[in-house]
Amino acid sequence: MIDRTQAPAFRQIENIDLIKAEAYALDNGVDLYVINAGTQDLVRIELIFNNINWNPAKPLQAFAVNSMLVEGTSKLTALQIAEHVDYYGAFLQTDYNYDYALVTVYTLTKHLEAILPIIKDVVTGSVFPEEELETFKRNQKQKLSVNLEKNDFLSRRLFNRALFGNSIYGYAAEAADYDRLDRDQLVEYFNLAYKPGNCTIIASGKVEDDTISLINENFGKHWHKGSEIQTNLFTFPARGGDEHYFEKEGALQSAIRLGKLSVNRNHPDFAALQVLNTVLGGYFGSRLMANIREDKGYTYGIGSAVVSLQNAGYFFIASEVGADVCSSAIQEIQKEITLLQTELVPDEELALVKNYMLGSFLGGLENAFSHADKFKNIYFSGMDYDYYSNYVETVKSVSSEKLLELAKFYLNFDSFQKVIVGKK
Amino acid sequence: MVNFNRFVLDNGLKVLVHEDYTTPMAVVNVLYDVGARDEDPEKTGFAHLFEHLMFGGSVNVASYDEPLQRVGGENNAFTSNDITNYYITLPAANIETAFWLESDRMLGLAFSEKSLEVQRNVVSEEFKQRYLNQPYGNVWLKLRPLAYKEHPYKWATIGKDLLHIEQATIDDVKSFFAKHYNPSNAILVVGGAVNTEDIKLLAEEWFGSIPGGAKPERKLPAEPEQLQERREVIKADVPLNALYMAFHMSARKDTGYYEADLISDILSRGNASRLYVSLVKEQKIFSDINAYLTGSSDPGLFVIEGKLTAGVDTATAEAAIWEQLEELKSGLVSEKEFTKVKNKVESTMVFAEMSLLDKAMNLAFFELMGNAADLNSEVQKYLVLTPTDIQRRANKIFRKENSSTLLYLAN
Repeated sequence: MIDRTQAPAFRQIENIDLIKAEAYALDNGVDLYVINAGTQDLVRIELIFNNINWNPAKPLQAFAVNSMLVEGTSKLTALQIAEHVDYYGAFLQTDYNYDYALVTVYTLTKHLEAILPIIKDVVTGSVFPEEELETFKRNQKQKLSVNLEKNDFLSRRLFNRALFGNSIYGYAAEAADYDRLDRDQLVEYFNLAYKPGNCTIIASGKVEDDTISLINENFGKHWHKGSEIQTNLFTFPARGGDEHYFEKEGALQSAIRLGKLSVNRNHPDFAALQVLNTVLGGYFGSRLMANIREDKGYTYGIGSAVVSLQNAGYFFIASEVGADVCSSAIQEIQKEITLLQTELVPDEELALVKNYMLGSFLGGLENAFSHADKFKNIYFSGMDYDYYSNYVETVKSVSSEKLLELAKFYLNFDSFQKVIVGKK
Repeated sequence: MVNFNRFVLDNGLKVLVHEDYTTPMAVVNVLYDVGARDEDPEKTGFAHLFEHLMFGGSVNVASYDEPLQRVGGENNAFTSNDITNYYITLPAANIETAFWLESDRMLGLAFSEKSLEVQRNVVSEEFKQRYLNQPYGNVWLKLRPLAYKEHPYKWATIGKDLLHIEQATIDDVKSFFAKHYNPSNAILVVGGAVNTEDIKLLAEEWFGSIPGGAKPERKLPAEPEQLQERREVIKADVPLNALYMAFHMSARKDTGYYEADLISDILSRGNASRLYVSLVKEQKIFSDINAYLTGSSDPGLFVIEGKLTAGVDTATAEAAIWEQLEELKSGLVSEKEFTKVKNKVESTMVFAEMSLLDKAMNLAFFELMGNAADLNSEVQKYLVLTPTDIQRRANKIFRKENSSTLLYLAN
């Protein structure tokens, strides 16, 4: 007979096996990394280009080039590109983030041969037609005008600006920036950034020899080195904490975002800091959720994170809270941080967080794509797989004393940038 | 292909097992056959509020989340107009913890007045965050009652009024639980690194003794055929004018659903789709436009929504959409265009098999619709369709008297 009052026995996660990327070099020297796994006959191929030559006078260059790669080449119109990709049931997307720009294609392996030449054309022969650029600018401005009505969106912009100033990380697009965007800027950036010397390819899924040959045929030949470029490099001076209040009449909720510069993945404290962050706001049972949602009912959700970028790391707490309880919510956040700085995390709670994090790490390795994502994290931080063994080891072994020390060092509330959009 | 084994416990609980040893994880998905459509019209938003309360502790387990996190698991849930679905992901070695937690809250809840009070507040903040404090956030609170006059799809899962949530009592909660949260009204799907024989034993052990209860009989008012065009205008502090059109269409299980789904793909899936190419790129009437289906169990809606380019008047925009719809009604889709949307459906299905959780949820949903095995023949239902089917369906759906149009205008 079962005893429902007793939790069943459970096992701690011992081993976590990552499928490691295999390295290849294409004929022209482009690095190709392969995660070969899975049973479905499909593949994801990512072409990744570092963001380069940041120029505050042309802040939208890199983003606009990436978005508009699919808007026409010297051979194909935007419509022909889209029709071709769709006809084979493939998915082509472009993504842009703080450190790099991606061109990703998902396709059934049987159609790879038909799809890759299109991708090649897109990354080598895009022409950014004037008419498409005008459409892009108009639609982006409209989208921006809607986003500017969202408190959460505004809070993110103000926060990034406060942390990262006039760099690519701190930049917040304005409608006028779109007006100043012209075709020459795009062509200039495209000719510099979308070159083999600035490209890494990652293939994941069922990637067999045929696929590797096809990748080499398309991206390893007739694609040559470009001019000298400068990968974006920034340093950010630490600054004192400050409040940034953007009042919105009649707001029902306020978006809050609090945090500061921190360390990134390359720093030895990063893994332990992730444990501390999880205790505070990194999972559903976190202290911030338990207090501010589950005890006070001030919000639908609150969380915190440590983020690793190539040139910086940062920590933040974010939530949307009832406008009438905004100040109380911030007080409670401060209380939770003080607690972490003054009292040891109890053993039972720490054990729970450790198990949760290991389970979550294991669960995050669902398929070939997720293993490739894990590889990207370390590769673009200039690290190797030891990072993950160290991560697992740290999660298992970090002590409450260490967390208290980290909380004192990294979570000084007075030094936070505190952004509030709405009413306080 | 998603393989599975099925068995039914004596109390009526249906159990499906999908063995997948490519992962060390397991998923436990419990679907309850209750959604916002089963609510009392005077107590809307209840199914969703109830979902929140399911995490407030059960008869023998004070906290739901904590023991699960302790064994490396995560969970969440969602409520739709049709169903309430709870899911857990955890290391397969610790699967019994999921059985313990899920079975205990099916057996009985034990939350406090305080828990109800707090979740009323949380849901109220969710209401504000998603529906009230966002530009265009309240569209569905307006569009549903415009399109549905009788059927309970006329209210959103969050509820038609915050007041309904604020007035919920412990007694309401108890009777809702007693009526809907029974083994006979649930489907349990277990997937991942598990074997069916072990799961059979665990299911018997943890769920077998829960009284089956009676499966509630659903007697919802059918939506009468719409005979006249409906229109509404909203003015609000938004930056752009927007247009929403909703048409009545078939239920999820009917052939008409598959035809309409392909129509929505032809109209707006990808950068080569008709609405995007013609209305965004060529005529530049919209900056953004989409066509999609609600995909509900009872007859649903075909929705077209778009944001207008500044300076374009709404009559022009509306006429341009109708022109596209008329084209579907009067002409046949070309072989090439038709192959394109079918190929996309086919590859989407293959990619969906990459996620264990998606597979488990899909099995539960298809079992609810009649038979989980239909998940594996789903793609066939699209492939057999012809351009003539598409044309016929377009003629059935895209009629003025079958439409509800909402103009959302900037102040």
